[in-house]
Amino acid sequence: MTVDIHDLTGKFAPPETRYDIVIVGAGAAGTAAAIAAAHGGLGVLLVDENPVPPGMMGTDVPLYYGGRMTAAAANPGRMVEAIFAANPQLEVAFDAGVEVLLGTCAWGLYRNGPAMKTLPEPMLGLADATRAWMVGYGALIVATGARDVVLGFPGWDRPGVMGAQAFHALLTRYAALATRRMLIFGSDSLALETALLAHRHGIDVAGIVEVADAVRGPSGLLAHVTTAGIAVLTGTVIVRADGGIDGVERAVLRRDGVDITIDCDTICLAIGTEPATELLDASGPVDATIRLVGDCALPGGSAAAGWSRAIAAIAPPETIVCQCEDVTRADLIGVQPPRYLDRSVAIAARSLATLGHDGPVDPDQIKRLTRAGMGACQGRRCRTQVACLLADASGTAVAPATYRAPVRPIPLKLLADWDEPAAMATGWDVWFGIPTQWTPYDTIGTADEHAPGLGGGNMHV
Amino acid sequence: MSEFPASGSVVVVGAGVTGLSAAWWLARSGIDVVVIDKGIVGWEASGRNGGGASHYQSPLFAEEQRLWPQMDELLGYPTEYQRERIIIQRDPALLEHYRAVGRICTAMGYRVDDLDSAQAQAMVPLTDGTCLGGIHLRFGGHANPQRTVQSYAWALHDLGGRIVQHCPATGLATAGGRVIGVDTPRGRIACDAVVVAAGPQANALLAPIGIDFPVTAARAEMIVTEPAPLMAIGGVDGNGLYGRQTLRGNLAFGGGPHEWIGTTPDGAAARPASPLIRSLARRVAEMFPRAAHLNVIRSWAGIVENTPDGRPILDRVGNVTVATMSGVGFGLSPASGHAIRDLVVDGACSFADIAKLGLARFATLEPDWREQRGWAA
Ligand SMILES: Cc1cc2nc3c(=O)[nH]c(=O)nc-3n(C[C@H](O)[C@H](O)[C@H](O)COP(=O)(O)OP(=O)(O)OC[C@H]3O[C@@H](n4cnc5c(N)ncnc54)[C@H](O)[C@@H]3O)c2cc1C
Repeated sequence: MTVDIHDLTGKFAPPETRYDIVIVGAGAAGTAAAIAAAHGGLGVLLVDENPVPPGMMGTDVPLYYGGRMTAAAANPGRMVEAIFAANPQLEVAFDAGVEVLLGTCAWGLYRNGPAMKTLPEPMLGLADATRAWMVGYGALIVATGARDVVLGFPGWDRPGVMGAQAFHALLTRYAALATRRMLIFGSDSLALETALLAHRHGIDVAGIVEVADAVRGPSGLLAHVTTAGIAVLTGTVIVRADGGIDGVERAVLRRDGVDITIDCDTICLAIGTEPATELLDASGPVDATIRLVGDCALPGGSAAAGWSRAIAAIAPPETIVCQCEDVTRADLIGVQPPRYLDRSVAIAARSLATLGHDGPVDPDQIKRLTRAGMGACQGRRCRTQVACLLADASGTAVAPATYRAPVRPIPLKLLADWDEPAAMATGWDVWFGIPTQWTPYDTIGTADEHAPGLGGGNMHV
Repeated sequence: MSEFPASGSVVVVGAGVTGLSAAWWLARSGIDVVVIDKGIVGWEASGRNGGGASHYQSPLFAEEQRLWPQMDELLGYPTEYQRERIIIQRDPALLEHYRAVGRICTAMGYRVDDLDSAQAQAMVPLTDGTCLGGIHLRFGGHANPQRTVQSYAWALHDLGGRIVQHCPATGLATAGGRVIGVDTPRGRIACDAVVVAAGPQANALLAPIGIDFPVTAARAEMIVTEPAPLMAIGGVDGNGLYGRQTLRGNLAFGGGPHEWIGTTPDGAAARPASPLIRSLARRVAEMFPRAAHLNVIRSWAGIVENTPDGRPILDRVGNVTVATMSGVGFGLSPASGHAIRDLVVDGACSFADIAKLGLARFATLEPDWREQRGWAA
């Protein structure tokens, strides 16, 4: 049988290490699963991306930290200590023989399937501060927790606007939160618990803000909040966050048409969560070797639709939706190209409505045309709101845009496979290496057609 | 959504870049055209490729080069087309190979300048002294694939053309040896002529009406970084990679081994990408050492259609015009659409000899041509 030397088959190295069980996420659920597996005599790897490099925190990956970390966040040694202090079970896992790797993210999950048959076995891509590598697994437990659903409003790009999961992480896991006085948006359990947690830690909670007319969380929790003296403002929406170089200094809220200004350095978005399953989302359907545990196994849920609608009703159309790519709400709904392109009369007349003539709205299509969600945060900050805005504008359900590997931003030189098998290099061609593809047309069928030299490999498309 | 069209003078199957450009050219001639696609415009190879547009080997090359600089104006919508290309190398043998490619192009009347290491570093600030030199193509260029595809679609609308997405062609209805309509789950669209530009799965439509259309599918992958400072010429590649710096600054590159995946009438499943992205990242880091710290933020995979000799098929059989560009169809699209328009309307291409791209060359093709080439899925 002829072999195409440019075929990928056989060119991937097997994973560097193989474990009976690999667990991604060393929170309570992941750590417990690791300990149980190790006690069962299995070889276990437990990875967690925390402590997250400060640069990545700055782009709100993986959580919406909103720039409210203290200088401590830039000290990895101190952060590792804080992580162990916050999760004593990690010591137990170590003692049980679990290999624990902190500061190590899982950025890609690769399995053979209908569209891929060349992998030697299922592989998980990992990276730490110095390199990337692949590990094999017998079973994979995903314990990656939940992520905040966040929304934009005028001023949301100022430091100090952050998500509740990030707030919890900075406060309890890292002890590196710079907040002194905060507002909390949302009123379900997450919001109420966040308020109580902040209160216990001596943070001044200036209020809980809810767009709906009633608090969404359980009355028992609400009673604790009220007892703590925390104000609850229902039927209230954010007009804008004002501030200076240090970020948010005050929030302007609107209730019954009246603007209220509240001083605060932090606005914590606790309007909902979604499972942090982008590793799986980018890889394809879950199979029998993969299990989800902890918060990432829960459906999540949010009040984002209501918040998005209320904000869009009063925020100017120039409000930024995608911070990375500077896309405004008007640009998004108008399906306009980025500002660095000229907007012809024809394109200015295009919109979501005209696009809809050809078929239902697809979030990935809008993403590519407007660039909302195409930036360094990999769409984490804007995807929910983009979906809400597109759904409202089109009158149809619209899912958030999809994820792609690497599901964490990884520097080229770290992601790079510096030890790739020799076959990868010998089989490498710019394109397909089909010699006849590049024969200049005039020489096809002439004596020169098979002249040596050109028309071989490495020709450009 | 618009009403389902009962008929069109010409129905184009496939809203990839080939089908859309053909439809736009037909509409420019005042022809009533309907384009249908099983998915969204440009959702297969056409919206996820390298964006390169410098195909000296093609008989459509001159037309490609003539049209691209005018496309934004002709379409009325942006393509992000940028002129010229630079190819740099770190390997002496590859550098010599590209110098030879440059000489061929120069001999054809398209100027290529050799760059030594210092000149290459001056023009490509992201590289360093490891770059041995390169070539500077004073022609060619690159554009944004998804934006270009959408621009064709919108320009077609403006001329009265219709596009129906999420509407697979399930068969071609014939009577008296001619195609009289295209069948879809939503009904038949009657037509006087059909253009099949359905990419790698076109044979599923054509074989039942007796046209053997040999094409097979493979997966190709690309990575993209966060933005780097803009280089004066963004169309820089080399070191085993094709690709470009986008106008936003992102570095988007592909290359390397592919996987033959075969197709079904529903199309091939190309996603997701593979760990090949690590070998791509390595080569981008080598090519652009001064950008090696940039984050990779996405990767993707696309399906590439290949004919047995890697050359396009542009032909007309009765009232059926068939078209595939065999893996280099993005850049050639302004010209391929023109050629297809000519085939449909006049029966022959008006601006180039494309006789050698016809189906006749496959008359003696062995049924196991994929296996013979090691291309079986
Ligand atoms: C990663 C990658 C990089 C590339 N780089 C370059 C490059 O730099 N320069 C270049 O010139 N080319 C490049 N190419 C190749 C180029 O993208 C393709 O040659 C070109 O897009 C093919 O266009 P097409 O319209 O012929 O086919 P496709 O894009 O495949 O479009 C065919 C369309 O037909 C539809 N369809 C199929 N069957 C049916 C049916 N039964 N009914 C209805 N609709 C149907 C499909 O949904 C699809 O939208 C690259 C390709 C890839 C994947």
